[in-house]
Amino acid sequence: MGALTGSSRRILAIAGKEVWQLARDRLTFGMIVGIPLLQMALFGYAINTDVRHLHAGVANLSGSQRSLELVADAQASQVVDIVAQAGSAEALLDLMRRGRAQIGIYLPPDFDRRLAQGRTTAASLFVDGSDPIVLAAARGLAQLGVPAAGPAVFELRNFYNPERRTAVNIVPALMGVILTMTMVLFTSIAIVRERERGNLELLITTPVRTPELMLGKVLPYVGIGLIQVTLVLWAGRWLFAVPVNGSLLDVYLAALVFIVASLTLGLLISTFAQTQFQSMQLTFFVFLPSILLSGFMFPFDGMPQAARVIAEVLPLTHFIRLIRGIMLRAADIGDLQGDIRALGLFSVAALALAIARFRKRLD
Amino acid sequence: MHVAIEARGLGKSFGTVRAVDGLDLSIESGRIYGFLGPNGSGKSTTLRMLCGLLRPSAGEIRVLDYAIPAQSEALRRRMGYMTQSFSLYGDLSVAENLRFMATIYGLSGSVRRARIADLLQDLDLDALARQRAATLSGGQRQRLALAAATLHRPGLLLLDEPTSAVDPQSRRNFWEILFALSGEGTTILVSTHYMDEAERCHGLAILDAGRLAAEGSPRSLKADIGAAVIEVLADDPQAARRALVDLEQLDSMTRLGAAIRLLLDADADTALRAVRAALAGASVSARVTPTEASLEDVFVVATRKTKAA
Repeated sequence: MGALTGSSRRILAIAGKEVWQLARDRLTFGMIVGIPLLQMALFGYAINTDVRHLHAGVANLSGSQRSLELVADAQASQVVDIVAQAGSAEALLDLMRRGRAQIGIYLPPDFDRRLAQGRTTAASLFVDGSDPIVLAAARGLAQLGVPAAGPAVFELRNFYNPERRTAVNIVPALMGVILTMTMVLFTSIAIVRERERGNLELLITTPVRTPELMLGKVLPYVGIGLIQVTLVLWAGRWLFAVPVNGSLLDVYLAALVFIVASLTLGLLISTFAQTQFQSMQLTFFVFLPSILLSGFMFPFDGMPQAARVIAEVLPLTHFIRLIRGIMLRAADIGDLQGDIRALGLFSVAALALAIARFRKRLD
Repeated sequence: MHVAIEARGLGKSFGTVRAVDGLDLSIESGRIYGFLGPNGSGKSTTLRMLCGLLRPSAGEIRVLDYAIPAQSEALRRRMGYMTQSFSLYGDLSVAENLRFMATIYGLSGSVRRARIADLLQDLDLDALARQRAATLSGGQRQRLALAAATLHRPGLLLLDEPTSAVDPQSRRNFWEILFALSGEGTTILVSTHYMDEAERCHGLAILDAGRLAAEGSPRSLKADIGAAVIEVLADDPQAARRALVDLEQLDSMTRLGAAIRLLLDADADTALRAVRAALAGASVSARVTPTEASLEDVFVVATRKTKAA
């Protein structure tokens, strides 16, 4: 019992010292609040797969009433902004090649006659298909003005995001991206800084044990992570009207498990890095695949097998499944046990490895 | 007398570099024992091996009856360590640093408060208790680091070049505190490259290129130097220098202001005759007197011997 209290006292001493230092480090303190808010504003507004206002050029060689109506309809859809007129198909393609337009609307001289015939397509849409998102938007545009050719087979019903707003999908996942960045970076730097400044050489000559040192170092960051979760939820609600459809307690539970996983990853990185710069590099080595493969940018199931295998190892993948499930689909945390278990397993493995790699020696 | 530290055949290699090579040490408890040597002579490496921070490549160590490095953790409760560069937290105050270290060493409540209050007073840090460590002067930092290393009343204190960034007055005060600790029975190991600091130690090991060049008390080392020390006060020091530089037994020649200090590998009379003859041969008038060896002389002679070996 005596040993246990001594141990917990040492953990608290290290955690308390860390909090004191944080409170005096204005830059880091500002980053705790600043990074989530800035990234929310940046990504929440900028990342938008529901594209609008693409630049379009028009070559209307028909000039008929109906051709003008079609162009007006396209403009009214807000998918395109008509920025240039061209006199021929070649001139239209030239506009696109020079990057002034991503979409070209070509209406041939015999537009009305073709329309009346109804068998061939009356007009053409030229698309810069190098960007798949632009291509998808153009496909939607191609439906314009087409007379009903019989009943549609499918009726599309949009659940969970009836207004088709990207922010609804992005903001919950963004919480994970922000936590990955700050939690992994803060912990890895917190330990490596002590190594750089020589504090560690002194600490390892004291009776403090490796697990005590590691737990004490990460404990304050659990609290900081939960503060960031609160900030993101609050900003998501007020800036982007992102709902929390599931239980708020489940949101925090999922976040807590993910924070712990990220912190242990930071600890592991700190055992490899000798300088703060190295730990920053290693953090970004993890951060980039996390953003690209976790389902934050692209739907997970659409990725190739190899990418999915890598993604399953990244904590962010599991958290994004959890948080989208809870916040958007009102899933119960019990429905998503697999991801909770995966994060738990990751934490235990990373912590064990970090403790095994950390030596109370200099060689 | 009880032996606090015992090392046999101690060696440490970093790659192909032999930082420490075949070192034998036996240090009695309750004494101040110094490692004297230039940078790169293996002082810090030896200290770090003795407290388990580095694993030796060869040899055996026992410190306070613990086998090192196997029982390093047990030793750490009973030893204090002062690193070469300041390694407490610059963004914490003096009192906060001490509270933190005291808790790490398992002190709490009234014991912790009393120890910190005592040390603040003894080391003249009372007025600085609320000041951030980063803003302290070199001497103040050394006292804070010493306070942190002695909070738990360790039986062994390891100091790695403790006064390298400290002015002479602070250095003198610092040593007064060390003597007080030693008087209470603490064994103190200190590495240094300052002769005046080495002079104060009870026992001294002169290290050179990782080997033990000489060992003993400063007094006995000087008495048993095995070389003659002669001072030459010449009207024309440059001419005297030219006359003496080719002396066969000459070990070293150092200018000390107007005087020239000579170390000769011979007994005192032979050396004296040789010097006088050389000066007379070049018709340089000078006062030639035998003088007592300094620790620096011992150092020069000892390190020349290891280089020859």
